Amino acid sequence: MGDTVIDIENAVVSYREDVALRGVSLKVKSGEFIGIIGSNGAGKTTLLTVVNGLGKLLSGRVWVLGHYLTAGNGHSLRKKVGYVAQVQNIDPRMPMNVREVVMIGRYGLLGLLGRPGRHDWKVVDEMLALVGMSHLAQRPIGHLSGGEQQRVAIARCLAQEPELFLLDEPTASLDWKAQTDILELVKQIHDSRHLTTLFVTHDLSCLPVACDRVVLMKAGLIWGEGSPGELLTDDNLSRLYDMPLSEVKKRRSENILV
Amino acid sequence: MDLSIFEYQFMQNAILSAFLGGIACATVGVFVVLMHMPFIGVCMAHAAFAGALLGLWLGFNPLIGAFALSLLSAAIVGPLADRGELSPETSVGVIFSLMLGLAFLFMGLMPGTKSGALELLWGSILTNTRGDIIFLGIVAVVVVGLVFIFYKEIQATIFHRDMALSVGIPATVILYGILFLTGATITASLRSIGGLLIFSLILNPAAAAYQLTYSMKRMFLLSAAFGVFSGWMGLLMSYLFNIPSGATIVVTSSVIFLIAAIFSPKRKVKGWQVKPLAGGEL
Repeated sequence: MGDTVIDIENAVVSYREDVALRGVSLKVKSGEFIGIIGSNGAGKTTLLTVVNGLGKLLSGRVWVLGHYLTAGNGHSLRKKVGYVAQVQNIDPRMPMNVREVVMIGRYGLLGLLGRPGRHDWKVVDEMLALVGMSHLAQRPIGHLSGGEQQRVAIARCLAQEPELFLLDEPTASLDWKAQTDILELVKQIHDSRHLTTLFVTHDLSCLPVACDRVVLMKAGLIWGEGSPGELLTDDNLSRLYDMPLSEVKKRRSENILV
Repeated sequence: MDLSIFEYQFMQNAILSAFLGGIACATVGVFVVLMHMPFIGVCMAHAAFAGALLGLWLGFNPLIGAFALSLLSAAIVGPLADRGELSPETSVGVIFSLMLGLAFLFMGLMPGTKSGALELLWGSILTNTRGDIIFLGIVAVVVVGLVFIFYKEIQATIFHRDMALSVGIPATVILYGILFLTGATITASLRSIGGLLIFSLILNPAAAAYQLTYSMKRMFLLSAAFGVFSGWMGLLMSYLFNIPSGATIVVTSSVIFLIAAIFSPKRKVKGWQVKPLAGGEL
């Protein structure tokens, strides 16, 4: 399959009576940075769970990093896939510090009976330095702001030494400054490591400028695919979000939609 | 104070039971507190009580009944809550009341004296036999041993189950393993502490430790220390004031929690949480 790392063919995923993906096909090449856009409930997060082996396929075929996904093999695949979710609601009294949380990223690699060694802690410290969080390494995780927690999540993800980097609305519910910082960090990581990256967002203003390709999703289907310049026209966005063209133009001029 | 009572075999058995039960219950309690599942634990404790009464009624070993029903309740509540089909509060509420109803039904159906049933309800650590201690010892060693061996998997699952799954940890297996250990601990401690009180010895020491530290390892150690102290202090109180030991153990653990909560450093606002604004900032 050449340098293709993800090949999804006609994937159908359902949660009880709701069909979340209705026959999605997507190919991703190594090192690509793909933005996945769509309104809430479009199936963006489900698409990511299919890629990291947590989604349950009703039909279709999913091939990721050399594995055909079946019910039993998602476990070994997940060790190679870094996943950053939205800001989590972490108990402020949780007895774990930032360094320990980043170390969780190494646990899958270490295996069931493995213990973190000096090398693992070195990797953790390097990743904390990379995301600019070394000074907070010993702080309880529950005491961080949303933006800081997302930096830690990215460090944890990188400590995993992943081959795929999945980000699911990582900037949702963050303030403008924190959003800008996280987007800059993601771009910097992609530029320096050439990690294949899938970035999901419903908010176009949070779409990283580093995207090679955007995938537009609507009602469980891929509605459009192409370069950001070609695809993100006022007309397409108006149809994607079911929003009057005048409103899309107004929002884009106000920089609410880029 | 005449402490010659502690030279008797039954009291030494009780001291050893309090030590082993305190460690097992308090270790399991750390899972219960950090995973925010106290009601699943309460449900399992009452299910164990009902199962033990079923054993007494039908004439088989009450501990087998206790273990089976405690695990059955976890097997029903766990997946229901997990899949989001019912809210955890609803599923636990239904199973909890069913178990309590079954317990009183079995008690009512039991012929003859109910003293055996009441012992399971209130606990009677002073009548623990060598066999009870061996069972408690095995459970305590297994619980502590598994925490030691699978510490990193347990830590990740406790912190965030979906995140643990996403890095390749079998978090669902770990969760059900934790429920299994909780059931085993409740069963082993049932005769000593009693079905109505056992959950306090699980929850209170861990909840007290939770107030005092930001380190999970230290929380396990503190919780175990509080569990053992509650058991021993409760025994001493029981002897000094001639009152039921299960009750004094639970009251002691509650007082420890109260003191920890009052003096918890986590209640104080840390200096670095309130950063002063630099000059010129809004």
